[in-house]
Amino acid sequence: MRQELLLIAIAVILLIVEIFLPDSRKQRIILPAILMMAAATVAGFFPGTPGELFGGMYQSTRLTMMLKNILNIGVLIVFIQSVDWLKQPQNQDRISEYFLLMLSTLIGMNYMISAGDFLMFYIGLELATIPIAALAAYERMKERSAEAGVKLIFISALSSGVLLYGLSMIYGTTGTMYFKDIAPLITGAPLQVLAFIFFFSGMAFKISLVPFHLWTADVYEGAPVNVTSYLSVISKGAAVFIFTIILYTVFAKIAVMWSDLLYIITILTITVGNLFALRQQNLKRFLAFSSIAQAGFILLGIIGQSQLGMATVVYFALVYIFSNLGAFGVIGIISNRTGKENMSDYDGLYRTNPNLSLVMMLALFSLAGIPPLAGFFGKFFLFTAAVNQGYYIFTLIALINTIISLYYYLLVIKAMLLNRSDNPIAHFRSDSYSRIGLLICVAGIMAVGFASVIYEMVFSLSFGLY
Amino acid sequence: MSLSIFIIIPLLTVAGILLCKTHQQVKWVAVVGMSLQLLSAITLILMFLAERRAGNMAEVIFTQDYVWYQTLNIHYFVGVDGVSVAMIGLTALVVFAGIFASWDVTDLPREFFTSLILLASGVFGFFISLDLFTMFLFYELAVIPMYLLIGIWGSGPRHYSAMKLTLMLMGGSAFILLGIVGLYINSAPGGGPLTFDLIRISKETLPMDIQRFLFPLLFIGFGVLGAMFPFHTWSPDGHASAPTAVSMLHAGVLMKLGGYGCYRVAVFLLPQAAHEMGWIFLILATIGVIYGALGAIWQKDLKYINAYSSVSHCALVLFAILMFNQTAMNGAIMQMISHGIMTALFFALIGMIYGRTHTRYINEMGGLMKVMPFLAVAYVIGGLASLGLPGFSGFVAEMTIFVGSFQNADTFHRVATIIAASSIVVTAVYILRVVGILLLGQIRNPEYESLTDAKWHDKISVVALIAGITFIGMAPLWLSDMINGGLGPVVQKLMTAGN
Repeated sequence: MRQELLLIAIAVILLIVEIFLPDSRKQRIILPAILMMAAATVAGFFPGTPGELFGGMYQSTRLTMMLKNILNIGVLIVFIQSVDWLKQPQNQDRISEYFLLMLSTLIGMNYMISAGDFLMFYIGLELATIPIAALAAYERMKERSAEAGVKLIFISALSSGVLLYGLSMIYGTTGTMYFKDIAPLITGAPLQVLAFIFFFSGMAFKISLVPFHLWTADVYEGAPVNVTSYLSVISKGAAVFIFTIILYTVFAKIAVMWSDLLYIITILTITVGNLFALRQQNLKRFLAFSSIAQAGFILLGIIGQSQLGMATVVYFALVYIFSNLGAFGVIGIISNRTGKENMSDYDGLYRTNPNLSLVMMLALFSLAGIPPLAGFFGKFFLFTAAVNQGYYIFTLIALINTIISLYYYLLVIKAMLLNRSDNPIAHFRSDSYSRIGLLICVAGIMAVGFASVIYEMVFSLSFGLY
Repeated sequence: MSLSIFIIIPLLTVAGILLCKTHQQVKWVAVVGMSLQLLSAITLILMFLAERRAGNMAEVIFTQDYVWYQTLNIHYFVGVDGVSVAMIGLTALVVFAGIFASWDVTDLPREFFTSLILLASGVFGFFISLDLFTMFLFYELAVIPMYLLIGIWGSGPRHYSAMKLTLMLMGGSAFILLGIVGLYINSAPGGGPLTFDLIRISKETLPMDIQRFLFPLLFIGFGVLGAMFPFHTWSPDGHASAPTAVSMLHAGVLMKLGGYGCYRVAVFLLPQAAHEMGWIFLILATIGVIYGALGAIWQKDLKYINAYSSVSHCALVLFAILMFNQTAMNGAIMQMISHGIMTALFFALIGMIYGRTHTRYINEMGGLMKVMPFLAVAYVIGGLASLGLPGFSGFVAEMTIFVGSFQNADTFHRVATIIAASSIVVTAVYILRVVGILLLGQIRNPEYESLTDAKWHDKISVVALIAGITFIGMAPLWLSDMINGGLGPVVQKLMTAGN
């Protein structure tokens, strides 16, 4: 509960300070906001006591605390990375709104993860979704940004509707909303299977699994870079966490059914995501499709069904936060400074901006799963979890897909390091906030794999179906 | 002796290079680091021999074992036997020569040497690892810098070659990953904790259906890097486009990772399946031996000639491993070392010649013996070693292979041996052809009259490699004894599996 309360406190403080700040001094809110977020992140790591509230609607366990810490780290990095962009003249009048909206979605995600029944889950989900639509439309003078916001809100409404329909059927067949009461009553009756399909589709929209992914690329391209990175990493990560928990607890009894379903969806998601990423020129779209494929890899762990499976899901999400935020961080800095977002603009970047290129290279190699970076460990463990369950062919398909993904990640690296350009992006010094943000990402990419203690901790808090 | 220094020295060298300011400093830091590495490798060989003489007959010695991931039972577990000691010696020698051969790199030298030495650290790590997880980690670490090395500093269609090479090798490593994870999941058929420990898995007998599934995965996966026909196509393009030192390292050392992996992981851990399915790969290897040699005849580009010749020689390694007897396998390891040094010498010389004439097409050159006698003589020595003249390492290796493979008395193996042995003749054809056109005769291009011979750094590189070839050729027994000691457990396991 402490984590949510801290976040709410920060939001309230920001809201009050906002009232007293004149428009010309809005920038002053940035540093305190980041410091408070950092403090909240650190505070989250102090051991708390597990417990429940509202008659079990809200449950706090050591697992959920850890998941919230992971999300906090991600949001902190996003905050730091957005400073340069927020300071731009056209955004200056609504700096505090940015932080407020971000914090409310994060609070929503925290409640969603801690949900003990479907009602709390749904409230959290909505709280997490609606502010993001506002954030996507943050650059209101840009048509694409407004379009992204509208698309996101429509898709969210649709998927929430589908999800709710599923939940109502579950309530209809079991007569309760509590996870622990529903679990024994799931028998695999036809109506429950239908309910599960609806629930699954709703979640698939949120995680943007194929064939529910069509909104992703447009929204990612239109939204501001920092919001895109938030969408692709944190919002997706939170949805995956709760999805895993619900599958492993509520729907444990029909695991045979959902693992077959996941099998097909996973292969589709990885393959389609990869094949579409191959031809993208805009780097935000490119990372959008690559993040669809990465979500597919995460499902590999869910399908593992064991304690190992859940541990690898959480661990991979952590690794993914650092890697993807690193890549988005670089794209954001370059987009802010030059407005360039296409792959061909990056030709010869290494010769003018070696450090940014190196960060980008490390992040992409980590996403591709190249040792000794964190992504390698994440992927290796995911594959181990899937093979452990006997899915050899399935893993082979996923592995072949990692090679396809390596190809398109190498395309970016090729543009930066191998290609020469007559008019490359000129050399510039990025501001210290961006540097700190990238530094955290690089440290995560380099260290998470070697520090086995992180994995061990995740593993000890995870649970499996049996 | 602590084996970890073989990883620590390269990493420290990289750190040193990153601190350097000028081009010259970078080169000298690299030289110091890799000389230290070579000295440590020689020390390792001497200490290993001393240890064996003193009667330490453990399967692997100088072991270090630290738990890394407790729940998955991943260890940092290193140790060496005779075979890996020999491979470490080879690697250290080739990397040492490679640094001197890339003395003229002027474009982004810091990045060049960093990638080169990172690659080398991956190779060293691979050879000392006894835990499949770390082994695989180092394997991929050795492959990935190749993309940058070829793509940035290469020549010709370098972007294409770099991408092709990387994707094919990483495709192979995808198979290896599945193979390794499969081994891990089935590593304790009698119950107990799962393990990545190579030595512990080798003590188990895995169920036959698992072996049948995993053996082709692992053999093909490593075979891709070992340039096994028909997965060799990355090799000619990659070698031709790569800068000198990278070709040396790649043909000399990196391709040996493939052969070593086939021997150490695929055949050693899955002997029953190896016996059952070995014939398929034996046919492929035999085709590779002949195909590579014939391919080399038709090429006009020096690097392509040598690349195809590498395909042929590396196929011979796989051929010998699949003979499953002590003599042939000993020949296989000898061939890896002999070919490693030899081909590194060739690529070094080709790079030096190209640096002077600016062409690699043999038709455009001629009479180089007159203008650059040192390089020309070195080329002849390399050529003679390559076609298996007694007194050089090539003879020892190929002789052992064919004697060993002829010991298999059935028709299939005998026919394969005869076909593969005929490649020696073909090798002689393409080597002598190149020597004749390139080095002897008249100088065709008057501009070449003014070319200079090798500089001091070229000479260090060439002399070091020639010393290796002749030393092994003249005194092969200590090496073959050392390798035999390492082969013992593998061959024994294969024998019991075969009966």
